[in-house]
Order: sequence, then C-alpha cells, then structure tokens
Amino acid sequence: MPKYLLLKNYRGGPENHPDFTLFDDWDSAEFAAHMAFQTHVIELLTERGELVDVQALSSAGTYVRYGGPDKAPVTDGPFPESKELVAGYFLVDVGSEERAREIAAWISSAPGPHGRPLHEWIEVRPLMSGSTDAVE
Amino acid sequence: MNEDAVRVVAPQVLGVLVRRGNDFASAEDAVQEALIEAHRRWDEQPPDDPKGWLLTVAGRKLIDAKRSEAARRRREDVVTLEPEQGTAEQADDTLLLLFLCCHPALSPASAIALTLRAVGGLTTREIAEAFLVPEATMAQRISRAKRTVGEEAFTRPGDVAVVLRVLYLMFNEGFTGRIDLSAEAIRLTRQLARASDEPEVLGLLALMLLHHARRAARTDADGALVPLDRQDRALWNETRIAEGVRILQTALARDRRGEYQIQAAIAALHDDARTAAETDWAQILEWYDELITLTDNPHAALSRAIAVGEVEGPQAGLKTLDGLEPRLADHYRLDAVRAHLHDRAGHHDTAAELYTRAAARTGSTLERDHLRKQAARMRRG
Repeated sequence: MPKYLLLKNYRGGPENHPDFTLFDDWDSAEFAAHMAFQTHVIELLTERGELVDVQALSSAGTYVRYGGPDKAPVTDGPFPESKELVAGYFLVDVGSEERAREIAAWISSAPGPHGRPLHEWIEVRPLMSGSTDAVE
Repeated sequence: MNEDAVRVVAPQVLGVLVRRGNDFASAEDAVQEALIEAHRRWDEQPPDDPKGWLLTVAGRKLIDAKRSEAARRRREDVVTLEPEQGTAEQADDTLLLLFLCCHPALSPASAIALTLRAVGGLTTREIAEAFLVPEATMAQRISRAKRTVGEEAFTRPGDVAVVLRVLYLMFNEGFTGRIDLSAEAIRLTRQLARASDEPEVLGLLALMLLHHARRAARTDADGALVPLDRQDRALWNETRIAEGVRILQTALARDRRGEYQIQAAIAALHDDARTAAETDWAQILEWYDELITLTDNPHAALSRAIAVGEVEGPQAGLKTLDGLEPRLADHYRLDAVRAHLHDRAGHHDTAAELYTRAAARTGSTLERDHLRKQAARMRRG
C-alpha cells in the first residue's frame, strides 16, 4: 500500500483560488466550523484505517547547517514572510494515488469565510518505499 | 505456547465455525478471543488437543455473544457438540476462508490484511508492523473489511483468480520489519494448492518459489540491489528451485496455461542458467510472446523488449517499445528498459539521461539508488 503525505502549504504553490484567505480576518464561528471539519476528516480517515499520522507544524522554523570543524553550526531565520510555509500534514496509507488525491480535495474543501469551501492547495507527495517487488 | 501450531489450528477452527453457518465477523471475533484465553492458560495447562480446545472455547464465546444479543441459544449449544472434521473438510475450509477474505468487494490492501489475520493467523500488531502503519490503523482496516465481507452473501463459489491476485500482491510486498510477507504468501498458496486443483494455483506457487530462491542474492552486503545478471548464483536456493520446477511441470502437464505458469516458466529458465551468459533467451522470448498473446499486458511487453534485445540485439529491442508509451502512462520502467537497451548498444549519453529520468520517478529508494548508479557509470565509467 502506498503512503502519501498531504501537505498544507500556506504559502508557495500555484496561484490561490479567489476564495482562499488565511485565518486573519475570520470570525470565531467561521474558525470553529473550520476546525470541526478538520476533526471530522481525522475521525473518518481513522475509521477507514487510512490515517497514519496528522500533525501541525509551528511556523517558527530555523535553518541550520554544519559550520566546519571546531566551529559552531551556522543558523539563519526564522523568516516570518518566507515563500514556503508548511503548516501541517496528513500522512495516509491508501490503495491508490487516486484515493490520495480524493482525500486531498476533500481536505481542501474545508469551510472558510461565510462557510464557503476554502479551495486551499494541498500538495500530494508519495512516500518512497524501501523495498522492491519480490518478483524481479 | 507453540505459536506455529496455533497459527495452523486457528484458521481451521474459524473455518469450522463459518461452515456451521456462523457469520464471518462474529466467528473471527470469537476465535481471536479464544486465542487470547489460550495465551493466558496454555503455558500452565497445555491442552492435549489444541484444536478441540480452541473450537470449544471459541464456540462458547460465540454463544456468549449471541446470548447477550438474546439470540437463539439452543441451536448454538448443539453446534459446539458437533464432531471434529476430517482433512478434506479442512482443505475446503481453507478455500472458503480465502474466498471470503479475498472478496472482490475489498480493496487488495484490505484483502491482504484480512487474509493474514483470519487465514495466516498473524496478529493485528504483526500485520501493522509489516505495512508500517500504527496498530490502531490496521485494526480499523481489518474490522472494516470484516464488516464488508459480512454484508456480502458468500453462498456462491468464489473466484480463485481473485484469491491468486491477492496472494501475488502479498508475495510482492516482500520483507519489511519483522514480518516476511513473501514467506506468508508461499505458506498460504501451499494451503490453497492442497484445496484446489486449478493449475494456475500451482503456477503461482512455482513462480513464488522460483523468485524466492534468489532472494539472498538480490541485495549486496550494503543492502543495494544486485541485478539478475550480476547475482552470485551460488547464493540461490537450489532446494526451492527444484521444488518450483517440479510444481511447474505438474501444472504445465495439465495443459491449461495461464499467466502465473508462464511467468514461472520464465523464472525457471533464469534459475536454470549456471551463468548469466548461459541464459536461454530464445526460449524466454517464446514464453513472453505467449504471455502477451494471453494477457496483452504492457509491463510484460517491457520485459519482452529485454529478451528481444538479448536475442536480436538492442536496436531490435528498442523497436518493440514503439507505441508502448501511451499505455504505460509515463511509468519509470519504460525509461529504465530503454536505458538498459541503449546502454547495451553503447549509447552512453542517451542511456545516462534515461537512467536519470527513471531514477527520478521510481517509488522505491532501492531502485532509485541502483538507477542513479547506472547513470553515473554511463557518465564517468
């Protein structure tokens, strides 16, 4: 069974749908409806035996690299306005890529302002497996 | 507690319960509960007749479950007193359970999981480990599959081709974590072969044994992939090859060929060659021709191109790939096979480019690393 990472990528990616907005100007009922939808998605994917993991990521990230022998690591950031911002992910184990895309589209239909679907971009990335077919 | 013995007996008990008219999901639950009790009690008090013990306890669990539903009690009391069944019926039970677990209404992944638990006798935790998912995820998947099967009528005979497909996919999952799914698939296919006289069952069993025989040679000490022509043939398991060939001959003698028998025949010809150079490619090519006539499978056409390359030269092999592109939807193997043939023809630049493209699209890290290495060999020698 292939696994797919469904990334909620708040910045970057193709041009957004006109209905897409970040949370800044939502009212509390709109926000609650959005979160209830996320919970519902998690429950249903769990019940179907498809959910492996779901996590939200803090936006306070730092870049780190090796600084050379006997030197401190080099760090940079955080970059509050960086082009890419991975806000979270669903890791699913499903029968086909088609099913992974179906789930991504469903996640993307989460309600936003005025209860209308948010049309958020979800990036679908297949995980590689560490084995090969036993039949050569 | 002897785990192996339990794994053989548990599905037999389930088969008996289902045959007696109990619904599959409740019977499977009852057997699992009986197994938990066995784990608790057998170390101190091993039973003389483990199967009889499990049957009695599972039967009681079923009754308890039905009582709590205020179900008909008398009928079930009679059920647990029925005599034990013979070997022929055991074989039939295996067949019945496999038809249930490999029901066409289930996705292959669910069918594999359910088969491993209900017929293979693995625990949910072990199956979860094999598929690298949390135990809770696998438990949900299995219970959902059981519900689906429970809703389907299973009085009509199942389709053995569907069961073979599930076992083939299980075999291909190979070895992950602690669980050897190839070995499980072989064990289950052996059971099926005892219960069915369909030659394709033997064909699949032969195919599995003939590939499994090469497993030790397929990766090197660092875990990297070793292609067939570079494998150390001394590492091939001759006992498995001999058994595979014997089973294949029995199947072919029935004169009803199918794709698994043909694939097994091809594997047998590879296994038969003492060195890669001695491979009988002409005969392999004939089998591929027959396979494609039978199945019209574009992946078989890819493998055939390699055989054509060996028999008539790489240019001829490349020519057979014309027109395959739309049918393979940008599959990495098309580029990998093209790369191999250009490599053989000495077109190093083209081969390097195609190896790199194939590496970027395969879903397996082992194959990606192998293909990248080939690309590097083309560029830098």
